[in-house]
Amino acid sequence: MRFAGLLNRWVIFAIAVLALAAGLDNEYYFTLLNFIGIHTLLVVGLNLLLGYAGQISLGHAAFFGLGAYASGILTATYGVNPWLALLAGLAISGLAALLIGIPALKLRGYYLAMATLGFGIIVYIVLNEASHLTGGPSGLSGIPSLSLAGFPLNTARRLYLLIWLAVGVILALSANLVESRTGRALRALHDTEAAAESLGVDTARMKLKIFIWSALYASLAGSLYAHTLNFIAPASFGFMFSIKLVTMVVLGGMASIWGSLLGAGVLTVLPEVLTAFHDFEVIIFGAILMVVMIFLPRGLVRGLMDLREFRRYKREGGSLV
Amino acid sequence: MKNLVTDYWLLATGYWLLTLPILAPLLQYFISGLTNGAVYALIALGFGIIYNATTIINFAQGEMVMLGALCAISIYHLIPSLPIAFLGGVIIVSLVGLLFERLALRPVQDPAPITLIIITVGGAVFIKGVAMLIWGKEAYPLPAFSGDAPLHLGPATILPQNLWVLGLTVVLVLALEAFFRRTLVGKAMRATAYNPRAARLVGIAAGRMVQLSFGLSAALGAGAGILIAPLTLGVYDMGTMLGLKGFSAAIIGGLGSLLGGVLGGLLLGLAESFTSGLISSGYRDAVAFLLLLVVLFLRPQGLVGGRQ
Repeated sequence: MRFAGLLNRWVIFAIAVLALAAGLDNEYYFTLLNFIGIHTLLVVGLNLLLGYAGQISLGHAAFFGLGAYASGILTATYGVNPWLALLAGLAISGLAALLIGIPALKLRGYYLAMATLGFGIIVYIVLNEASHLTGGPSGLSGIPSLSLAGFPLNTARRLYLLIWLAVGVILALSANLVESRTGRALRALHDTEAAAESLGVDTARMKLKIFIWSALYASLAGSLYAHTLNFIAPASFGFMFSIKLVTMVVLGGMASIWGSLLGAGVLTVLPEVLTAFHDFEVIIFGAILMVVMIFLPRGLVRGLMDLREFRRYKREGGSLV
Repeated sequence: MKNLVTDYWLLATGYWLLTLPILAPLLQYFISGLTNGAVYALIALGFGIIYNATTIINFAQGEMVMLGALCAISIYHLIPSLPIAFLGGVIIVSLVGLLFERLALRPVQDPAPITLIIITVGGAVFIKGVAMLIWGKEAYPLPAFSGDAPLHLGPATILPQNLWVLGLTVVLVLALEAFFRRTLVGKAMRATAYNPRAARLVGIAAGRMVQLSFGLSAALGAGAGILIAPLTLGVYDMGTMLGLKGFSAAIIGGLGSLLGGVLGGLLLGLAESFTSGLISSGYRDAVAFLLLLVVLFLRPQGLVGGRQ
């Protein structure tokens, strides 16, 4: 049953992606969908960390930026093959996550939040200041498009299938991770770390693994972003973007792989649909973070489902013990 | 602000520059580092007070600094009296701190650390957004507390406002120390910090103490903001960086320790000032976070120790 249910979801996902590819004819929609896809990659990774490892990264934009700039600099300045550059970005981000994660995750509590926060701001400053390499605050342009077997992916529509293939693979990988032994260990860890440890779970190692995974996802998203836009600037990789990612996770629901898709989708589309959104963007993010965490800590979808369940339970005369 | 000081200093002490070409700029960096450091220390203490009472890290602390500065500036526009503006700003922001605790943190049913971090981050972002709606994106000046005429200190110059910042920081830190050591409420707050359950058993209203800690740290943050506003101007987005640096200072010194917060703040201010003077001003802001990472990795309990 479970397997069938899972399979159905993937089939629906694939059909939806292909149907959109066939049905849409506006380049703008593809651009928007590409951004949703890129954000989803970031949010799934962060969600693994937040929802399953119970740790928060307040500097996830930095890994996104490392991927984007590794791809951008290597391809635009040094003419390296984009796919090799993408791998280089993954290596750099993974190494950075390892270096931050080892000391920070040995300690309980807020240390990863603090370390990633510091790391995120340092990366942002370096992107701005090392202008001979990064182009400084005015950005880096002339990043070539990706190409696949000689076929250039230079329009939003062509990139769309690649990005959403990546999203599909990453979602599958993450769903698999969550259902695996590691995933169960992680959930135990989230509930009570001491109990998980006493059952032989190497918590620090698990957390480190997840943290590196989430950094790799972010780096991949960054590389795709650089080749999608053909231009990158530090402003896209600041503290506020890290907060925006946390907001997407929280809205979609922590520890929910598919919720990540929802959170990324809603918060990518909303600013496009509501022109007034921009002025209120910061307030809205803040309000979402607070309200959801206070009233619906399991995220929007599950929170509302819980609420309905609760209503029905009360209507049928049940009492809460 | 830095240019202003440098210009004055070049004009006024050109002679000393010739005789002491190395010492003079160093002294100048020292003064400006100490001033910024004092402000970081006040913000760090705000983090420490709340951490002690609740083990929450209140990421909205920086926004209290910004609110303090902007409220004082607005009050000063209505009633051009600096003492009234200062007090008014501090009182308004203390109320905001109390309100934040009441509305955003107390209703939380599952107070896991991660939930609380996310809520305070959300609160910070929210307050910043509201401030942008109220005050817009412009930066506003606040007059210095006693004029802009620079004083000469050997080969360097010092603005009266620098002295105000340093002096009032010393007064506030001593007052805090006295409050925590000598008054009944202060002792009750410390007892709650050590062991909330035991504190409740001896009749301390622990919830009240938590609320008080939010009010107190908001007041400290507001004070820091009003002190620095004449030097840097007040603008809606000033709080984020100041808050994060105050947070770094708190970690560097040892979270929850009064002495640690002060030491961390001063160290951070000096490190920043010397980096921007001697190495590169562009990397000035990176110093705080580099120090933060180094301390986290080598000595996570901070310089002064404190509880783990």
